[in-house]
Amino acid sequence: MSLQLLLVQFLNGLQFGVLLFLVAAGLTLVFGVMDFINLAHGVQYMLGAYLGATFAAATGSFWLGLLLALPAALALGLVLEFLVFRHFYERDHLSQVLATFGVILFLNQAVKAIWGTAPLQVPIPALLSGGIEVMPGLQYPVFRLAIIAAGLATALLLWVLVERTRVGMLVRAGATNAPMVAALGVDIRRLFMVVFGFGAMLAGFAGVMAGPIFSVEPGMGDTVLILAFVVIVIGGIGSIRGAFVAALLVGLIDTVGKSLMPDLMRLFLDPSAARQAGAALASMLIYIAMAAILAIRPAGLFPVRAA
Amino acid sequence: MTAPGALLRREAVPLLVFLLLAAAPLLGFSHSHELTLMARAMILGIAAVSLSLLVGGAGLVSLGHAASMGFGCYAVVILDAANIVEAAIVVPVAIAAAALFSLVTGAVAIRTSGVHFIMITLAFGQMAYFTAASLAPYGGDDGYTLYARNTVFGRDWLQDRMAFHYVCLGLLVLAWLLCRVLLASRFGRVLRAARENPQRVLAVGFNPYPFRLVAYVIAGAVGGLAGVLLANATEFVAPAYISWQRSGELLFMVILGGVGSLHGAILGALAYVLLEEQLAALTEHWRMIFGPLLILCVLFLRGGLAGLLAPREAARHG
Repeated sequence: MSLQLLLVQFLNGLQFGVLLFLVAAGLTLVFGVMDFINLAHGVQYMLGAYLGATFAAATGSFWLGLLLALPAALALGLVLEFLVFRHFYERDHLSQVLATFGVILFLNQAVKAIWGTAPLQVPIPALLSGGIEVMPGLQYPVFRLAIIAAGLATALLLWVLVERTRVGMLVRAGATNAPMVAALGVDIRRLFMVVFGFGAMLAGFAGVMAGPIFSVEPGMGDTVLILAFVVIVIGGIGSIRGAFVAALLVGLIDTVGKSLMPDLMRLFLDPSAARQAGAALASMLIYIAMAAILAIRPAGLFPVRAA
Repeated sequence: MTAPGALLRREAVPLLVFLLLAAAPLLGFSHSHELTLMARAMILGIAAVSLSLLVGGAGLVSLGHAASMGFGCYAVVILDAANIVEAAIVVPVAIAAAALFSLVTGAVAIRTSGVHFIMITLAFGQMAYFTAASLAPYGGDDGYTLYARNTVFGRDWLQDRMAFHYVCLGLLVLAWLLCRVLLASRFGRVLRAARENPQRVLAVGFNPYPFRLVAYVIAGAVGGLAGVLLANATEFVAPAYISWQRSGELLFMVILGGVGSLHGAILGALAYVLLEEQLAALTEHWRMIFGPLLILCVLFLRGGLAGLLAPREAARHG
């Protein structure tokens, strides 16, 4: 394992981590403020990717596609909130899980019906194509660096919004004690719609950005959803800071683990067995990490609510 | 103890369902397609009953129950690859493997509650899924085709669809009975009390943790048994069998049937399999109908199917 390869894996992990953060941020806020568990958050990421791909193909520009996909993702999120989710705020988590599961089944199939099952290809925009020399003799794709930058910028924006604005203050207060906020005269429903729409848009944004590097296909949101759950469980439900730290952690563990594990296993096993055992172990790594963290801190790294 | 008459009345619905399932092949539902469908419903019913023990009994909403079925499925596959097809070996191994997995994951998951528990069981379920998908010698993502069903003491009874039907039914009744007896016992009382109010249970001097863990392990073991049957029914095993969607479907069966009663899970499984069959015949995109239907069921059918069949029962359970 050379230093160069390690650096590449580190950057890949970072880039995956910020994408996870974009998805997890909405999820953790929605859960934190409304105590609503939204399994359908992953399909919002998928819809973002599809909308981005479609608009980009129609307009011939990735940027126009991104610009059109964001409000579309926001609108779809609000439509879902209006049609389905708001009827389940008062219900138990079990009902919420199942209702949002129903939304997933519907949307995954709808995407198959509209766009087909074959993965869509999204070309990398010309402005960000090619590589950049991050180390002597090491080229790294500009687009992936752009994702990292966009993710970090969004995280910063989110931090300012949540920590420094009035709406952010209400969101934090809502995450700590929603009934109290409502009792103080804040329209918690409207606050939630704002949070929800914003979360849907962030997930959609992650989807658009992921389009050119991952394949855009039905069910792509499910994998991300489960990783996002791992992220918010590790980070502490409702905590943006926790989601950020945990997302980078999960992204790095997953990516670096997948490349290192087979090599590590080769120290003990013969090459073919090492490859298999390494792959199996690498895919389990983040769950093992999650179990380990929860064994020490059951409420996650940055618990919001005093539980 | 209640009088036999009262017992019969209280358990009339499950008994009727078992009777109908027993009589179905004799009443003309004996085409291979119908038998396949019923076997599938009964196998999913076994898994759903064990999940119902967790959800309805212990208040533990697991979104990773398909993983325990997966351990059953893959026990069959791995032993098959090693030329061991004897059910007397496969079944105990499968149950032990599923129980062990539940013990290890449950020990972590049950430390948490509520939504954490849902997400952690989901994550562990996915862990099992990805592990299964990376098992290249057993087909990896593509799955593994079994050449024959398991033998029972050296005989190929399970090959006969009719015999398999009654094996599934027998095990379904056993699984239901086991969970029913467990819930009615002192053990079940503590579980149910801890679901309602863990603080009080603690105050009375019971720590809910070991009770919940045991329930979780038992549910996992029964799930493993269902997995063995599923592998034998389809003679094929793929990681898709244990994806988190399957866990969600199992949870839906429990809710559709009614959380308040164990037999609700069986009704839910039967209804689910029939619904899936009908809708799939209608259109390739049947999930576009199924998804909204699921949402409507959760929204409006609060007591589940069991609640419709026995309104008084539903009222008693709240």
